[in-house]
Order: sequence, then structure tokens, then C-alpha cells
Amino acid sequence: MKKKKLLAVASQGGHLIQLLRLKPVFDRYQTSYVSNQYREGMGEDYSQVIDANGNEKLKLLILFAQMSWVMLTKRPDVVISSGAAPGFFAMMLGKMIGAKTIWIDSIANAEELSLSGKKAGAFADLWLTQWPNLVEPTGPQFSGRVL
Amino acid sequence: MIFLTVGTQLPFDRFVEIIDSWAATNPNIEIFAQIGEGQYQPKHMQYCSFLDEAAYKQEFDKASLVLAHAAMGSIITSLIASKPVIVFPRIAALGEHRNEHQLATCRNFESLDGCYVTYDKSQLLSTLDDVTCLKGGSLGLYANPDLLNCIDNFISAAG
Repeated sequence: MKKKKLLAVASQGGHLIQLLRLKPVFDRYQTSYVSNQYREGMGEDYSQVIDANGNEKLKLLILFAQMSWVMLTKRPDVVISSGAAPGFFAMMLGKMIGAKTIWIDSIANAEELSLSGKKAGAFADLWLTQWPNLVEPTGPQFSGRVL
Repeated sequence: MIFLTVGTQLPFDRFVEIIDSWAATNPNIEIFAQIGEGQYQPKHMQYCSFLDEAAYKQEFDKASLVLAHAAMGSIITSLIASKPVIVFPRIAALGEHRNEHQLATCRNFESLDGCYVTYDKSQLLSTLDDVTCLKGGSLGLYANPDLLNCIDNFISAAG
């Protein structure tokens, strides 16, 4: 059977470090990575996107275009992200091409979901928080931590 | 050697200045600081604005103690390497971040082995003065198996 295609997306730093802690799972599939800075462990199938946050309209537009291109060329079966802006776009675009989507909110958000995490919930088939106190019946679920 | 990092997104002058003044009174301890685009220029320790992945790794590997803003990346990396990490949160009310999630991180990781949370200057300095007593934590390279299984099961069932 052909391996499923996975797209793993995170912005650099803590988001990416947390996402790469799921690597034993990623290695079981055909995984492509997207970030704004390469990090050891991502292998050769890596696409770089611009660094943008919620306040930078033009950069967000460029990021959206880049993520659209990645999505159309990689055609993943499943999209997974830990944040932030690139992950949000990946959830949204992933749904549009019929992929299943997984959001795992950063462990830094212990008392409230991240801004991108709240928005991503609308597009996430599996919506996870790393804090049991943030679980809600219609909101994110808890299934363990990256630690 | 002590490695100080404030990450790549924002400067954190208050933290850098405290450590620089501590460095002045501890000239025998080598410190290297990655300070972002801060205004404050350290006088008593080596520093740079940013480090690429390889240079970061090189400085980090040399360190026996890490001083970091309360960012999960720095905390996780220190715990994996079994280096003690002293954490000092950015305070959004002082203009140091967009929201107070670093304080929340600190409150929730206070009890984690190897992670020494300090909330203000005096706590930071007194922790530094006991520097030889600090011990590193232990953390594996990968996430907890429950989470790995949950995600793997979801992917297997997808499509």
C-alpha cells in the first residue's frame, strides 16, 4: 500500500521544536515539512515560507500564496501543525483540498488557546490542546503532551 | 560557560542588562549572550544579535547553564540536553511581548526538574548566586507515547 502523504507545518523556534517531537509518527509516512527556518530532522523534503505574524498584512498575503502553492504541489492526505500563522493557513488550505487536518496547540498556551489555535479550530479535524484545563465539549481535546 | 538567549522575535533588554551587571561582578565566569535587536549593549560579556542554527548549537553545546526567556523552544532544548535552565519571563505589561503567555508558561513549569523559574531581578540574581547547585533535567527526544499513538491512529484512519 502506498504511504500516506503528510504535511507537517510550523513556524521556527518553539512551535517547530514541539512539532518535531512527533517525528517517530512522521517517519512512518511520506512527510513533507514547511517552516521559515530549516531545522535538523526535517530531511530533504522541505519547503521554506516567509516569516509572518498576525500584524503584517502584506507578509501574510505572501505566506498565504506560498502555502497555497505548497498545498497544490504536495497534495497531502493529512496536514498537521503546532502553529502559528503558517499552520493556520495550512489547516484552512488543507481542508480546501480535502485533506484531514490536525492542530496541536503549543504547550506554551497553558491558560488560553493561542490566537492561531482558536481560529484553526474551525478547520481542524483533530483539534488538540496540551492542557486538560482547556478541553471543551465543542473545543479542543487533550491526548497528552509533547514533553 | 553560561549561554543566554532571548530568541529571535523580540529584544529583551531588561533581562540582558541584569545578566550583564551580574557578569561585571563575576568576571571569572564566561558568558555568551544572544540578545536579538536590543538597544542595550552588554559591556561585560560576549554577545551577538542572532545565531544561525549551527552557531547556536555550537554555543549551546559549550554551555553548562542556559539562561532563557520563557520560550518553550529554549526550555525543551535545555531539558533534552540535561542542562539546567534559568527561565525569566517577558512581561507584556512592560512591552516585552504581545501577551502574558510567558508568565503562564512559568507558572506551569515551576515544578519541572531542571527548570528554574525566576520572576524578578532579585530571584534571578539569587538563583545565579547558587549556580553550582543547579541540576539539569531529563527529557527524551520525542513526545509522550499517548500523544504519538493518538496522532498515528488518526492519520492511519484518515482518508
